[in-house]
Amino acid sequence: MKNKLLLLSLTSIFIIFFIIFYKSLQETNIYTPDEKINNEIPSFKVQLFYSNNVVNSSEIFNLDKFYLLNIWSSWCVPCRQEHPLLMDLMKNKKIKIIGINYKDTKKKAENFLLELGNPYDKIIFDKKGINAIELGAYGVPESFFIHNGKILKKIIGPLNKESIKEIKLLIK
Amino acid sequence: MLYSVIGHYSLILGLCFGLILVYLSIKNFQNSKILNSKILSFTFLQFFFVVISFLCLVLSFILSDFSNETVFNNSHSTNPLLYKITGTWGNHEGSLLLWLFVLTLFILIFLIKTKNQPIRYKILTLIFQQIIIIGFFVFLIKTSNPFNYLYPIPKEGLGLNPILQDPALAIHPPILYLGYVGSSIIFSSALAATTLNMVSKKWASHVKKWVLISWFFLTIGILLGSIWAYYELGWGGFWFWDPVENVSLMPWLALTTLLHCILVLEKRLILTSWVIILSISTFTLSMCGTFLVRSGILNSVHTFANDPERGLFILIFLFSLIFISLFIFFFFHKTNNNNLSNLFWLSKETSIVINNWFMMYFLSVVLIGTIYPIFLDVLSAQKISVGPPFYHKLIIPFLIPFLLFMTIGPKLKWIKSNLDDKIYLITLLITSILLSLLIVKNFDSGFLINTILISSAFYLFFITLRDFFTKKYTNISQNIAHFGFSLLILSILFNNLFSTEIITNLKVGQTFESSKTKIIFESIDQKKEKNYKSIIGNFSIQNLQGKLENLSPELRIYNQPNIVTSEADIKTTFISDKFIVINLVPNQDYFNVRYQVKPFMLWIWLSVVLISVGGLMSFFRKEYEK
Amino acid sequence: MKVLKLFFIIFIIFSFNHLNANNDDVKSKITKNLRCLICQGQSIYDSDSEFAHSLKVLVDKKLEEGFSEKQIYDYFKDKYGEWILYDPELNKNTYILWLLPLLIFLIGGAIISKGFIIKK
Repeated sequence: MKNKLLLLSLTSIFIIFFIIFYKSLQETNIYTPDEKINNEIPSFKVQLFYSNNVVNSSEIFNLDKFYLLNIWSSWCVPCRQEHPLLMDLMKNKKIKIIGINYKDTKKKAENFLLELGNPYDKIIFDKKGINAIELGAYGVPESFFIHNGKILKKIIGPLNKESIKEIKLLIK
Repeated sequence: MLYSVIGHYSLILGLCFGLILVYLSIKNFQNSKILNSKILSFTFLQFFFVVISFLCLVLSFILSDFSNETVFNNSHSTNPLLYKITGTWGNHEGSLLLWLFVLTLFILIFLIKTKNQPIRYKILTLIFQQIIIIGFFVFLIKTSNPFNYLYPIPKEGLGLNPILQDPALAIHPPILYLGYVGSSIIFSSALAATTLNMVSKKWASHVKKWVLISWFFLTIGILLGSIWAYYELGWGGFWFWDPVENVSLMPWLALTTLLHCILVLEKRLILTSWVIILSISTFTLSMCGTFLVRSGILNSVHTFANDPERGLFILIFLFSLIFISLFIFFFFHKTNNNNLSNLFWLSKETSIVINNWFMMYFLSVVLIGTIYPIFLDVLSAQKISVGPPFYHKLIIPFLIPFLLFMTIGPKLKWIKSNLDDKIYLITLLITSILLSLLIVKNFDSGFLINTILISSAFYLFFITLRDFFTKKYTNISQNIAHFGFSLLILSILFNNLFSTEIITNLKVGQTFESSKTKIIFESIDQKKEKNYKSIIGNFSIQNLQGKLENLSPELRIYNQPNIVTSEADIKTTFISDKFIVINLVPNQDYFNVRYQVKPFMLWIWLSVVLISVGGLMSFFRKEYEK
Repeated sequence: MKVLKLFFIIFIIFSFNHLNANNDDVKSKITKNLRCLICQGQSIYDSDSEFAHSLKVLVDKKLEEGFSEKQIYDYFKDKYGEWILYDPELNKNTYILWLLPLLIFLIGGAIISKGFIIKK
């Protein structure tokens, strides 16, 4: 009798394990971090690219406007691929593009913009990469869709046509 | 191309033989005077065709036959020959062929070498093993065929991951698999023995050989993996509690526990149920590990390419095996009156029971730590990481009593004992404590726990050493193995306490100077090899005594795949390793330099070898221990 | 035998004249506990990726600003979630994680002692 009870409980435990493992297979386990939607923009000091002034991050983003915060570098290969999309998005009056130049030298960054165009309303100079971390970024390229002082969407990796489409829909 | 066809059909033939073998075995089981000779021949043929299949894949790699999808994905025409060959098993499909190789080899040897056991037992073991083998054949052919045909035929392959291009890769997987997969035979024979109700002293002696073989190879396999990580991955660590490392450690813990229990079962007919459970669990843990590593659930440096479809197959396979074992255990196992109350508290049997208790605790820590994040993620969509701090906090405190029991346990006699040598036991204990106090007093962190831990390890060290030299051991293999274990713990502890590291950024020609060390970045050389270019940094390191060492770490830029790897330069001596690594810093003209002095690294490796030697000696002993 | 022991002891003590002074202790401890999120299973102490470098610089900065170890962990947890920490904190999510092995240990002990109480 005791044996049968033990067998039954063990079997049920293993069935539960099976179900849990089965479910875990359904989700792809790449580095999909929580998207942390609707987080407020953290407040930290940044240095502007052209003027070299130091301002607070919150001063860059007005409420009621849409912003795309884009982290880029001259040495980042996928950044070159996404750049034309940014040039295209720049034409849309409803959204402003703010750039964070990540771990770069000013000279190389300027050359990059000369070559591919400058879609950025303002550029933050993040020489050490600290500003990107303050935002909770993983690396470069990465983009944040911001409105009302909140990060609404995080796009890890280069922008593609789908993400641009999504952004355009959201700003309507 | 021809080889792919031969290889593919060999697999199908192997599968057919498996099915025939099950059929023949069932028939033979019913009238079992002698073992049907066809069974032995077919088992051999099945093994033979697996070998053919394996060789075909190796040949496809050597010939750079890119019409074969596996070769295309894992090789390149400029790869050195050695890595073309070893690339065969450095991928998911090829390593499964290795699984089949060990599975079929072991059952073949089992059938040939097992004498003095009932025919029905051999047949039943074969049936259970064939269930596993057939499962793997189907898995291979249906979801992971190494002989998929690509058309149009690509001109060049994608190349082998540079981290895998290392001599240790040649031997780490095969040896690991001999242990890991080899535990299948213990699984099958335990199930067979349970069904036939022949779990006895005789069976224990018989299966002990298999446990020792599997254990030996698993120990060496894990050792090789650690050595490979130390030399190849460039961060100076050798164990990171990475899920894939844990997955190989868990069967090892179960197997070691099983080994101790078999020793008891050989002498006295107790703990039979527990031996069966351990035998089943070891292979189950291997299968579970295979599932975790190949299904894409876990994040790790070691995982193979992820594919949930394969994961599903293994999951169903794994749980079928679990349910079959549960069924057999509960319906066939007759628990005779072998409970613990027959044991006197101060006896060798008790100390082995206590060993089991601790080992199962360690196993549960590793198991829970590895799969808990998966459970949490599914049940509440929260992602957490379980890393080294978790394992250290839960394991280290328990190591202390564990080491003490390891010291006292072997000195106890069977059935009943009173401790002899009380004087020696006490003096060596005091010596150990004093010694550790001397060593640890210069550190303020973790003073108490380090002292006690080192004392216990020293205690085991001195007692086993003394027993060895005064020939007071009852079993030399166990003496050597336990001594090796104490040496391992001591080496790891000293390595942890006394390792130093300097991290700095240097340009060519610059020098770093601290109170104890001077690092001079002398020059840079450039080299071009067959499939990579390398930048070699030449360093001179000068220590307090003015002694100069030259070290040359390397940065390799591979052409296909386009990856940069960092090759450390390590100078090994019996006292310590000097370890240096350089890394490129993007957009800068200096290098990031990491220099470490790691004492006793060599002793860590040697102690594990010593432990395995103990096991090996046990395998070759003919007479019973006293 | 005793002489051998003495030599052994002296040998050990002398080989440790070069005792270390780990002034980067806290920084190493913290960076070993932070996971490199774009690597496959490495701490930022071990990793050389961009992400790891940036994080190391930031840890330095926070230590200079006077953050305590716990505060630094909280800071990163806030940005990246719990999985950036290798040492799982003891909260309602992880009670089972920490306590289950200990529970198993106690149950094992109970089973064994139950077997012995009958006959001692």
